Amino acid sequence: MPSGRRSLLLLVALAGCVAAQAQTSSYGIGRAATPEEVQAWDISVGPDGKELPPGSGSAKDGAVIYAQKCAACHGQNLEGGAGPRLAGGQGTLTSLQPQKTIGSYWPFATQIWDFISRAMPPNFYNRPVPPDQKLTHDQVYSLTAFLLYRNGIIKEDEAIDAANLPKIQMPNRNNFVPARLEDVLDYRGKRACRFGTCP
Amino acid sequence: MNSKQSGRRRFLKDSALLAGVAAGAATGMIRSASGQETARETMDWKVGYQPDVPEDLRKYGQPSRYGTLLRTYNPARRATDDMHTPIQDTMGIITPSSLHYTVCHGSAVPDIDPREHRLLIHGMVDRPMIFTMEDLKRFPSVSRIHFIECAYNGSPPERKDPDATVQRTHGPTSCSEWTGVLLSVLLREAGVQRGASWIIGEGAEAKMRAKSIPLEKAMQDAIVAYGQNGEPVRPEQGFPLRLVSPGYEGPHNVKWLRRIKVGSQPFMAHADNPGHTALRPDGKGRWFQFEMGVNSVITFPSGGQRLSSRGFHEITGLAWSGGGAIRRVEVSTDSGRTWKDAVLEGPIHRIAHTRFRFPWSWSGQEAVLQSRATDERGDVQPSLAQLEKVWDVNRDYWLALRNSVPQFNPIQSWKVTKEGSVGNAIWEA
Repeated sequence: MPSGRRSLLLLVALAGCVAAQAQTSSYGIGRAATPEEVQAWDISVGPDGKELPPGSGSAKDGAVIYAQKCAACHGQNLEGGAGPRLAGGQGTLTSLQPQKTIGSYWPFATQIWDFISRAMPPNFYNRPVPPDQKLTHDQVYSLTAFLLYRNGIIKEDEAIDAANLPKIQMPNRNNFVPARLEDVLDYRGKRACRFGTCP
Repeated sequence: MNSKQSGRRRFLKDSALLAGVAAGAATGMIRSASGQETARETMDWKVGYQPDVPEDLRKYGQPSRYGTLLRTYNPARRATDDMHTPIQDTMGIITPSSLHYTVCHGSAVPDIDPREHRLLIHGMVDRPMIFTMEDLKRFPSVSRIHFIECAYNGSPPERKDPDATVQRTHGPTSCSEWTGVLLSVLLREAGVQRGASWIIGEGAEAKMRAKSIPLEKAMQDAIVAYGQNGEPVRPEQGFPLRLVSPGYEGPHNVKWLRRIKVGSQPFMAHADNPGHTALRPDGKGRWFQFEMGVNSVITFPSGGQRLSSRGFHEITGLAWSGGGAIRRVEVSTDSGRTWKDAVLEGPIHRIAHTRFRFPWSWSGQEAVLQSRATDERGDVQPSLAQLEKVWDVNRDYWLALRNSVPQFNPIQSWKVTKEGSVGNAIWEA
């Protein structure tokens, strides 16, 4: 058989395979993840906070942990140092030296929990961290409460947990464009604006 | 059949070699006819050999010790190992992997054993899946040339210095051929559920940096890449796995990728906000901008370089757009009064660096050189004055601003003095 026709037939056969695979959506490669594996890996906490684990903490507990584990980089008074400033900055966003802090800029309280739990204290060299040195969920709630308290957003004795954290209204929440998260994709579809093409 | 062919090929190759040797000998004879001494000096110079190189480095192959290209640290972020690509020296459109810019966001490069590495895909999918590196390489693959650019490339603080080089002003953009499996293939494998509209990609470094990406983009052209320029992705670029989201701001190209979650809203990771939102002059934050705007810059002649003499010089540079292929680049040598089309070097790849060239004869007079790119959607790179009008700010605003500005892509100006030295003139033009 001429090699041209043979490869054409092969191509048709292959196309058939691909079409069949598209229907069943399966190359049969990889394996199913167990619910336990997913739970262990899934550390993302979105703005509605539905992924938040059980636990709670208050600013009073958080202050102790902050002094031990955070103050060296972020300062005794959250003024910053090797790490960024964590409070203040209100009224600076329109200035020539804006300070984007939790109180002045962050739109969702759940972000504080997500960031502390995944990335703090910093581990620059990616060294293994012994389990007993990792922050517990209660400790993360306590630190979150402490930062919210020191930014004037909650009271010192207010306990923070999975139910009330997502409901906290952050001061700068309504200062973003577009305002609603639901509109981000629509907005993009219309190609209305990029920073470079409109203010 | 094969051995016969290779035998013939070898014969042809040997013949070509012989012809080459003959030609070389002939050249040598001509030279020796014009002076024995000169020919010997030339030959002696040619037979110099490289100093001892350890065998493993020899096996990989090293650049010449003469004129090795180097990245430079971003002076503002030296502690985090952020480095800029020497785009004034790189040639063509591909950035050598060693010279790809790096921004590591407070994380040293992790050392990941690919045999241990896994990618989890879960969330709003019918079948949460785990893939090994071996699994991922079994899927149908693609190799595509795309740039990756820091969202803050070309930001006002980087362009303030009149002596700034183009490596300083525009160095955080690099272009590679990325090889991997399309993310759409993996997402179909897991079965994306109705109502899903976002994904989040997460890295395996200790900081587990993450970025939300629209599902539409993930399905369109995102690549789960294990190859860069023909070899495994470099550790500082995400080895063993990097999510390449063509044309999107740097953080969407998640390094050390280990997890993708599908959801119905952005996850609001630190890199989503406050990390990569643009602060408007009125204090409002513009979040989720995604695509890098159309951009270009002249890399020769550029800041810190010097024209050796009057006469012919080829102006050259790079153009790119997060929105597609570059359609046109215009060059001005008179501070933007007149513009002429530059030649684009083909083939032109979608969402990739595109090399432009423009023949120029320098009269020895002062000249301001600019380039202006247009992409396939018709987006035109703005001038600084146009940006100022849109933003309702004056020139002093940029110079006084202490913070970086993402998506800042106005036309860059290089001034050539009568002496031939070249400097940054964006604020004068």
